[in-house]
Amino acid sequence: MLENIKKLISYYEEVISLPHRNEVARELRNEDDFFLLLLYSEMLGIPNPVYYYTLELYPYIIEDFHDWHLRMGMDKSPLSGIRCC
Amino acid sequence: MNAIVVALIGIVIFILGYRYYSKFVAEKIFRLDPNYVTPAHRYKDGVDYVPTNKFVLWGHHFTSVAGAAPILGPAIAIYWGWLPAFLWVVLGTVFAAGVHDFGTLALSVRNKGYSVGTIADKLIGRKGKLLFLFIILILVLMVNAVFAWVISNLFISYPSSVLPVFIQIPLAIWIGYAAYKRSKKMLIPSLVALAIMYLTAILASRFDFLQIDLVRFMGGEDGAGLFGLGSVSTAFLIWIVILMVYVYIASTLPVWKLLQPRDFINSHQLVVGLGILYLGLIFTNPSISAPAINESPDKSLLPLLFITIACGAISGFHGLVSSGTSSKQLNKETDARFVGYFGAVGEGVLALVSILAVGTLFANTDAFSQAYASFSDANAIGLGNFVEGAANLAQGLWIPTEIATTIVSIIVVSFAATTLDTSVRLMRYIIAELGIEYNIKPLTKTHVATSVAVLSSTALVLIPEGPNGFGSGGYLIWPLFGTANQLLAAISLFLISIWLKRRGSNYLVTLIPMIFVIFMTLYAMFQQVFFEWSWFGSGSNMLLFVLGAIIFVFAIWIALTAFHELTKKQDDPFDRE
Repeated sequence: MLENIKKLISYYEEVISLPHRNEVARELRNEDDFFLLLLYSEMLGIPNPVYYYTLELYPYIIEDFHDWHLRMGMDKSPLSGIRCC
Repeated sequence: MNAIVVALIGIVIFILGYRYYSKFVAEKIFRLDPNYVTPAHRYKDGVDYVPTNKFVLWGHHFTSVAGAAPILGPAIAIYWGWLPAFLWVVLGTVFAAGVHDFGTLALSVRNKGYSVGTIADKLIGRKGKLLFLFIILILVLMVNAVFAWVISNLFISYPSSVLPVFIQIPLAIWIGYAAYKRSKKMLIPSLVALAIMYLTAILASRFDFLQIDLVRFMGGEDGAGLFGLGSVSTAFLIWIVILMVYVYIASTLPVWKLLQPRDFINSHQLVVGLGILYLGLIFTNPSISAPAINESPDKSLLPLLFITIACGAISGFHGLVSSGTSSKQLNKETDARFVGYFGAVGEGVLALVSILAVGTLFANTDAFSQAYASFSDANAIGLGNFVEGAANLAQGLWIPTEIATTIVSIIVVSFAATTLDTSVRLMRYIIAELGIEYNIKPLTKTHVATSVAVLSSTALVLIPEGPNGFGSGGYLIWPLFGTANQLLAAISLFLISIWLKRRGSNYLVTLIPMIFVIFMTLYAMFQQVFFEWSWFGSGSNMLLFVLGAIIFVFAIWIALTAFHELTKKQDDPFDRE
């Protein structure tokens, strides 16, 4: 019985959060894109005073970068320094 | 006639319609395939295209389509008696709305999750798309005017509902912030918000000083207002201005800040409202005092009934929701039947209870006939009667009348306000899109487009002088709103018919409702545009004449294009892709 009520509540929770989900996901994706831009700014010719630290993040971010350039309609990485695919 | 029996008959027909008719349409006509890779899977991006459980998607779809319109239409249409309204809601839902909502969903799923506007572009060319944009533009313009009018009138008639509705705004912003910035669950905050709103409602209905009654502040109904307008008209003007300033801000904010959290609170209100009304119906066991058929109406039932009840029987707006968001989230193609058709059934259930709430309000048939003496009376008092009737039903659950009245009016205002927010936003997008199509740069700017939207809506509700004096705009254009909405539904049904024909399916299931809807629209438009609003008509009004004439021309254009498209032989452009 308790299990069923819990299921019902989680269903209800999902229904009301559904329209919110894509908006939140979109905002987060925009933030991520902005972060990527900051991270790779040096390669785009924008001076980055903390590039020494952002460099360390590259291995962690490479998959996100790959997703990003695919989403932007580029089959291959646009930056020659990064060969993600 | 006993109201519970009528409700049961309606619900049984809905169930049979869903169980048998929608199954037939899904399997034999649309030939839904459980193995078809839906856009949600093919283009899965975690943002727009997300495969979603069908029950969850149904919940979302239903709460998006159900609003104030399925309440308002039946509350007015009961003027012709409860039976015609009942039959149109029940049969319209089963044979027209269900197929329409379900069909637009299936059509969009088979076409990459595109919206009906884009599909119109592909199926009948750029002209089709522009036509679509213009009709939606006129439709949302009227939605803005009608719903602003509805809210202002409810604020004047039920001043105790003002404070709870205003409290909803900061509460919604708080929920949006909690959910987005802190990724918290939304259920508890939105239930708390609802509890605060209803607590305020109880207090406001008990204590006069919590009621923001502008008319009373100006010395009652006979008091003097501003600009020599009288107190009621001044109160109306003030509310319209406040509402328009509010929608300007609400429609330019990101949706997660105000619009969506408001929707969460309102979806609870929908559940609470339907629960109270149907339970109240069972406990009070009322009989319907309205006549089954009004034998001497001053306006003919044919065709006006079919445009007075738009949402609740068939509504073009639903197609925008079906093809806009729901189609991008459909997990399996076969789920379309449950989400689309059953979503329409959900709204039919709301329209049905609206008929019963108004039908059981009066002590006897004479009292009903006196109140609903003419069609214009029905227009003016319909919504107020729904609020009173619903409060009567709520008494069955031991809720005192004044509190029930306040809560029901809050529910109606909240629905109308969300529709208003969304439609002003939609209007802004359409104006911007037209700006791009015709290369008018300024129109593509957010604030220019929003200003055009808000100012034209304000003008439409305030300018026309009519039987209700100042502010008759919203009241006069209700039938026009119905026709534009039905026309949109007809275009969607037309697109589905073309698609079905090109796939070699039997397209009569969508063509017959389409012919019915377009015939009623043309008939109603012809009657109103030429015999009422034109310069030689009984209620000459140039603004309505122009708007009506545009819609009339569009309707004829669609009927001709439909005839042409359906009689010529052509391949499906999507199949070729």
